[in-house]
Amino acid sequence: MLVANIQVSETPLVLYALRRADDALILGHRLSEWCGHAPMLEEDMALSNIALDLIGQARELYTYAAKAEGKDNDEDKLAYLRDVRQYRNLLLVEQPNGDFAQTLVRQFFYSAFADLYWRAMMASRDATLAAIAAKSEKESAYHLRHASEWIIRLGDGTDESHARAQAAIDHLWAFTGEMFAVDDGERALIHAGIAIDPGTLCGRWLTTLSDVVSEATLALPQNDWMQQGGRSGRHSEHLGHLLSELQSMQRTFPGQTW
Amino acid sequence: MYTQALNTAETDDRGLEDAARAAQFQARIDAEERIEPNDWMPAAYRKTLTRQISQHAHSEIVGMLPEGNWITRAPTLRRKAALLAKVQDECGHGLYLYAAAETLGTSREELVDAMLAGKAKYSSIFNYPTLTWADIGTIGWLVDGAAIMNQIPLCRCSYGPYARAMIRVCKEESFHQRQGYEIMLTLCRGSDEQKAMAQDALNRWWWPVLMMFGPPDATSQHSDTSTKWKIKRFSNDELRQKFVDATVPQAQYLGLTIPDPGMTQDPEGHWRYSDIDWTEFKQVLAGNGPCNRDRLAARRKSHDEGAWVREAAARYAAKRAQRQTAQAAE
Repeated sequence: MLVANIQVSETPLVLYALRRADDALILGHRLSEWCGHAPMLEEDMALSNIALDLIGQARELYTYAAKAEGKDNDEDKLAYLRDVRQYRNLLLVEQPNGDFAQTLVRQFFYSAFADLYWRAMMASRDATLAAIAAKSEKESAYHLRHASEWIIRLGDGTDESHARAQAAIDHLWAFTGEMFAVDDGERALIHAGIAIDPGTLCGRWLTTLSDVVSEATLALPQNDWMQQGGRSGRHSEHLGHLLSELQSMQRTFPGQTW
Repeated sequence: MYTQALNTAETDDRGLEDAARAAQFQARIDAEERIEPNDWMPAAYRKTLTRQISQHAHSEIVGMLPEGNWITRAPTLRRKAALLAKVQDECGHGLYLYAAAETLGTSREELVDAMLAGKAKYSSIFNYPTLTWADIGTIGWLVDGAAIMNQIPLCRCSYGPYARAMIRVCKEESFHQRQGYEIMLTLCRGSDEQKAMAQDALNRWWWPVLMMFGPPDATSQHSDTSTKWKIKRFSNDELRQKFVDATVPQAQYLGLTIPDPGMTQDPEGHWRYSDIDWTEFKQVLAGNGPCNRDRLAARRKSHDEGAWVREAAARYAAKRAQRQTAQAAE
């Protein structure tokens, strides 16, 4: 009898890699939904490119998580054979694409963090994570530039684009707090110099946001209520639908080679 | 657009299109010289190429849809990344080809509008649905394979920008074709269910792929002048035969059966296929293929829903230019 879901022994290091892998895969998947449907061909190219970078990061992180776990899991089992409660990504990245403004604001919030995060992670004492960080940092810097330019264009474009961009900021803001949260397992990794404390990035992240948002003539919300849950598998309803699509082949034809 | 500036003088020249110039033009073509955007060319040459290059560009863009249909469902992360990269390549081909078409004096916006209005054609192969993962393998193997057969001679096309575009496009297409064949190989070495999936996809795509080469030589409208102008170097039937001869051994290697029980090998080694159902081809061209309406609707939806984004980008660019001018004046 084939097992529907794999079980993962989530040691702090495995869980740490898995969380970042899930962020990258889910956001990459969301962006790939645009392919063929973007507002202009140049954005079909750009969004696909960012999606490819993120899927590439996810593959490296899954492979590392599987290695750190030391069982017979691999990148595909980790991506395709865990259910919604086993996924560890941020709530932010699973939010639907919505309109172009919502996609770009989601990307902007995430990339502004990822850019700082991966740069800091280059100093990780874990050689694999440091190597993944070195590659991801270059990619994230470009993703941030792309998203920032769009936030400014949309914010300072037409009345309609301004309103859409502001609505997207207001809608997605509550999902940003989770990026800076740390649990006990992660605290131990931070202490060991394997992970970095995301809390130390918050100030610079806010500065990046404020600079871009003010140039865009937009505003950050005053509301500081932050939604949490993704890191421990308590997701929004959106993720289950994404996974049922992402995993449909592996679920329909279990155990085959593609 | 800057490309339109290339043709301002051209408009005046068209009245002077005389026999001497046409003869000179034909002599250049015969000498295998490349025609470049600023060179004089007969209006009909310009029109033919604009039609052909823009149809080619539309095909790349509409062609993103059937394969894009599987990006979110690709069975492994490696396949997902490869498929996404492939569809992105097609978008790049589309952009590149629109740019080549623009050098002939029609803007990308006009060309796209004609496609969205249903006035311009794209390859009818993209009006068939991708139902299973094996369709992604089959499209790479056969559709890209047929496209390469068509496009390799175009690398020597008399119009410089198109020929150069084709060189780059062909390199990427041949990579896609190998990728598609590798998907098929994996399926054919897999379970019975996977092999059946591969055979079913071949059964559905085979005849539409043969139709990609266009109507039989006896009825083709465009071939004569296109051949004279060295836009086209082989006839539809010649290319179709080349493709079939190359493909049959590949299918045999996969252990798949070409869905043509009447196919025989002649003494020269050519695989002779049965008659093609041109009624189906005409129906699909007339808009009655399984996905014509869906494809056009999807392109229109993206275009319409993206209008506010394009307006915002244009408005912002104008504001910025205005500010820069104001700053410079201070």
